[in-house]
Amino acid sequence: MNVAETASVTHRYGKMTALDDVTLKLPAGKMVGLIGPDGVGKSTLIGLIAGAKQIQVGEVCVLDGSMGDSAHRQAVCPRIAYMPQGLGKNLYAELSVAENLHFFGRLFGQSAREREQRIGRLVKATGLDPFRDRPAGKLSGGMKQKLGLCCALIHDPDLLILDEPTTGVDPLSREQFWSLIAEIREQRPGMSVCVSTAYMEEAERFDWLIAMNAGQVLDEGTPSDLRGTQSATLEEAFIRLLPESERGEIEPLVIPPIATSDGPPAIIAKGLTRRFGNFTAVDHVSFEISRGEIFGFLGSNGCGKTTTMKMLTGLLPASEGEARLFGKVVDARSLQTRQRVGYMSQSFSLYEELTVRQNLMLHARLFAISEKQKRVKELATRFGLIEELDQSASSLPLGVRQRLSLAVAILHRPEMLILDEPTSGVDPVARDGFWRLLVDLSRKDNVTIFISTHFMNEAMRCDRISLMHAGKVLACDTPTQLIEARGEESLDRAFVGYIQDAIPPVNSGREGAEQEPKSQEHHSSEVGQKRIEDVIGSQHAVGTETTRSTKRVPRFAFGRLLAYTYRETLEVMRDPIRLGFALGGSVLLMLVLGFGMTTDVEDTRFAVLDQDQTPESRTYVQSFRGSRYFHEQPEITSHSELQSRMVSGDVSLVIEIPPDFGRRLKRGDSPEVSAWVDGAMPFRAETIKGYVEGVHVNYLADLARRAYGSTPSFYYADFESRFQYNPGFESINAMVPSVPAMLLVLIPAILMAVSVAKEKELGSITNFYVTPTNRLEFLLGKQLPYICIAMVNYALLTWMGVYVFGVPLKGSLAVLTIGAIFYVTATTGLGLVTSCFTHSQVAAVFATAIVAMMPTVQFSGMMQPVSTLGGSAQLIGSLWPTTYFMRMSVGAFTKGLGLHDLSGDLWALAAFSPVFVLLSAILLRKQER
Amino acid sequence: MRSARNIFWLTIKELRSLRHDKMLLALLFFALTFSVYSQATGISTEVHHASIGIVDEDRTTLSRSIANAFYPPYFNDPVPISADEVESSMNAGRLMFVVNIPHGFEADVISLRGPEIQVNIDATAVMQANIGASYIQNIVNDEINRFVTGSDESSDLTVNLVTRKAFNPNGDPTWFASITAIIDQVTLLTIVLTGAALIREREHGTIEHLLVMPLTSFDIAVSKVCANGLVILIAVMISLSLVVETILDVPVAGSRWLLLGGIALYLFFATAMGIFLGTLSGSMAQFALLVLLTVLPLQMLSGAITPVESQPDWLQPITYFFPSRHFVSFSQSIIFRGAGIRDVWQQFVVTLSLGLVCFLASLFLFRRSIATSK
Repeated sequence: MNVAETASVTHRYGKMTALDDVTLKLPAGKMVGLIGPDGVGKSTLIGLIAGAKQIQVGEVCVLDGSMGDSAHRQAVCPRIAYMPQGLGKNLYAELSVAENLHFFGRLFGQSAREREQRIGRLVKATGLDPFRDRPAGKLSGGMKQKLGLCCALIHDPDLLILDEPTTGVDPLSREQFWSLIAEIREQRPGMSVCVSTAYMEEAERFDWLIAMNAGQVLDEGTPSDLRGTQSATLEEAFIRLLPESERGEIEPLVIPPIATSDGPPAIIAKGLTRRFGNFTAVDHVSFEISRGEIFGFLGSNGCGKTTTMKMLTGLLPASEGEARLFGKVVDARSLQTRQRVGYMSQSFSLYEELTVRQNLMLHARLFAISEKQKRVKELATRFGLIEELDQSASSLPLGVRQRLSLAVAILHRPEMLILDEPTSGVDPVARDGFWRLLVDLSRKDNVTIFISTHFMNEAMRCDRISLMHAGKVLACDTPTQLIEARGEESLDRAFVGYIQDAIPPVNSGREGAEQEPKSQEHHSSEVGQKRIEDVIGSQHAVGTETTRSTKRVPRFAFGRLLAYTYRETLEVMRDPIRLGFALGGSVLLMLVLGFGMTTDVEDTRFAVLDQDQTPESRTYVQSFRGSRYFHEQPEITSHSELQSRMVSGDVSLVIEIPPDFGRRLKRGDSPEVSAWVDGAMPFRAETIKGYVEGVHVNYLADLARRAYGSTPSFYYADFESRFQYNPGFESINAMVPSVPAMLLVLIPAILMAVSVAKEKELGSITNFYVTPTNRLEFLLGKQLPYICIAMVNYALLTWMGVYVFGVPLKGSLAVLTIGAIFYVTATTGLGLVTSCFTHSQVAAVFATAIVAMMPTVQFSGMMQPVSTLGGSAQLIGSLWPTTYFMRMSVGAFTKGLGLHDLSGDLWALAAFSPVFVLLSAILLRKQER
Repeated sequence: MRSARNIFWLTIKELRSLRHDKMLLALLFFALTFSVYSQATGISTEVHHASIGIVDEDRTTLSRSIANAFYPPYFNDPVPISADEVESSMNAGRLMFVVNIPHGFEADVISLRGPEIQVNIDATAVMQANIGASYIQNIVNDEINRFVTGSDESSDLTVNLVTRKAFNPNGDPTWFASITAIIDQVTLLTIVLTGAALIREREHGTIEHLLVMPLTSFDIAVSKVCANGLVILIAVMISLSLVVETILDVPVAGSRWLLLGGIALYLFFATAMGIFLGTLSGSMAQFALLVLLTVLPLQMLSGAITPVESQPDWLQPITYFFPSRHFVSFSQSIIFRGAGIRDVWQQFVVTLSLGLVCFLASLFLFRRSIATSK
């Protein structure tokens, strides 16, 4: 009986082959371990089995059906639980422990009572009970993984898939995690577990192992099968399985004893403390490291190792205490110290898009090293990077990247190296090679090395180590002395002992509360056992209420949709800055744009070039002075001045009166006055021209009245211009209703796009891949809260339009509001569509802003009615929802229209929203590629 | 000296990184060519293809010749409608103008009774309403004149007024719209590009790497300004010479080098603004909203869309601190009016100072933002 089988599965990412023709069987009811270093295809294989990744080539059968078949996937996904790699990767950091669990429960359609029961038992069994209300993001690494396990177990899976669940977790939590799994399996023997791990020691306790390397299966069998007779440990066995070329150096690494140096210590830390808000990450840490020493720093993720290292490099200022490097206090601004220190941060932090050579050369140049080419060559040879010199860093395997990072860190021949988990995720052979380099540096070049790790065998190689837990250094000595001091047989056990000692017996303070239940559970396994029985027992009871095989998963469930809505709402509410920007920002923009965008041409700066200087010419000019449209500037005296003042933009209008104006006027000889209008801005020029002509006609009428005593008619017909809807012809009446139309597309679309892209970037989208959620539930569920935010915005902006700007809403508010609902549904839908094309938040923002900005501002009728736009602009305008809402908004506010006149636009808007949502549903993938 | 060399190499690094971001480059290309072209040719803030309806209750030679006097490009062919359709077609926004020629109009004109002709104008189209109304008045007057006098010559008035448009004699809206389009795109693109480059570097942890090297925040920030500014500057040059000058055939009256200098100054501001917003925001979502908050006012109140003089008195001093306003102003002066350095140096100085303020502010926040990012 096999729970899963693969046949000739091949998987590629671009040019890189992750899995190469893999055929294997996972026995049912067993604990199956996938072992092998990082980057050999374990995660890909696990993702394929869990249904999170799309199959490219080959066949994957899980629970008696093909995972290539979406109907089968949908049917079996409630029987599979998948916990992806990375601490708390599938959790929602802003949500509390209980809220996370409730969310997963809802996705599997559990009723409130059922959820409450299951959650109650799970958190009790895992010791998370006291932290129900703590946000997942603030849990320690071990607790995150326990919570991840609870989330996976909430629906009683038949197949539990765990991808490197203990990477980066402290030894105590790691032990607890495995005993928890063992206990659960004891109670539910039918459940199959599939685990991947890079820790060979852990694999000893699995029932069945599959050793993988370079996308291929090396061997499979029980741990003792794999060890055979030749190898004492799995690690040795694994190295023996590798092809000869990859085995590395056969002779074991020997570390020469450290030469005693009597110079001053290289690093001194005294009471180093760092607080983030009310959280103390590093709590009075002190140590001294002498020159040439390899000093190991051990501890779980999040215990303060990285923070301490950052304080030593000056990246982070210390809240308290001081750090001295070579006797000098660490100063973030001192460039001299930086020349003496090499730093390698936790993740690969070189430029991935540059080649190895470019990376090395860049650093050589920035450190102003002499004979750059020679040094780069030398390092490449020493670190075995010669062949990769012209490959881009992104294409390198992790082990090689780490070598490159180290090469970069020592490029400037520093006297001290600060290395933050340099070997995390690197395979044993590459790790060995890396350590050879370190030992070389320390013993030959007398470089002081400060290194953090969570591999115990690496810690054993250090001259001295310090154990760190929850921001405090627990112990600091040579590895052998630490083991002796605790009377344990291994460093791992010694570490566990130190952690247990460090936990205060009562629930006092942050760490106490966190650790206390764990240790209880660890020690009194009987009690733990009892709890697990409770969990399993009750879950079976719940499970039998609806028999599994007959329980059909509905294709669309409103409950799942609401689960997403509820979760998204909580996340938004917990990010007050984002919410504040969304609401306050639109109010601010409304104020600035509503008042600022006005097309009323007033106070045009004009000047006169009066070459006549007679009473007649002055009378003519006088008629301009009286107009509110014009604002006179100092008189112009010459044609060259006219030219220069118009060029500099000092005046936009010049009235030029010819020398013989007065004389010709008296003679009745029709003198000609010239008006020069600045034509750079055509709209303004045209409007000014109209005003000038108006003033001129008035002047003529005045002149005639004075001459003949009556107003003559210059034209055969009288014009009666009726400015409909906006009799005062004030642009505010048209602009203010237009601004909300603009803001209600940009802000909701970007918020929406970022929200989906964030899930992709952080990896929580996996929950969508492996749960019964369908595309529409996911999209609509996430969309709802943003529609609500946008509607609050709409209400605010409308209120401002009426009460702040005093633009009366003459038409139907109800119709406008319905239109707004359609409109914001469409605009958030637009955000969904753009997010489908993008994988990062940066790209989502960029794409949405560029796609939305131009049609909204230029082509949707704010400045110019869409019907009068030309060519492609008109097409874009009529395919853009803003056009219709803009018309509705102006119609309802200024034109005073109701349902009858607005129904056309309303229908158009109603059509946009489903189109965008459906489009994004088609574009969204239900599996990762 | 050392700093200059660092900046040079960091700039080269930035450029190399940018070269790999094909999607960004594609967007940049799209924005500065296609977008500029369609905005320039699509938009005209004056009357262009305006929809007009005629209610002809007179049905005479004169009324028909008036109706026939409206033709593209200013107006669409007039739609004959009846008096009771006027309201609904204007409500729906189908017609912007409706000319109502009353019964007996021709007879009244002939007998010099000065009949009234009514023009309904949709005054919510604030930019076109006024101009369109005066066009209509002129066109109708010309038709009546021709009908009465039988000639095209208008009678001499006591004083004749000749209006000439300086710098853009035909009032071609494409000229202005193409420059507006470039300014809009440049503002948005530069701020987002630079800010995103910073945030990406922070997210990938490479910024920490730079900060443990013998580099100052100044070196890092300047290199970002240089690299992103340079890329956009080249893109703008291509857009100006290819799209604006060649395809759209807009004559540049002033010195191209002066214009380029001005653009470079503006890009300095925009890149500095991008870094400033990047250091200010904790996450991409916040950055996005901040960009909107800055870019929209910068674009809308620059004077490219609505005239600066029209802004309320209390707002004008505020928009004085928008470099986009000075950018619009000096690029108009250089491109259309052929202005020289003596005419625009003040605006150059203001743009530069505002850029410096942004730049210094971002330097000030730089380390702080790195420290709080984790």
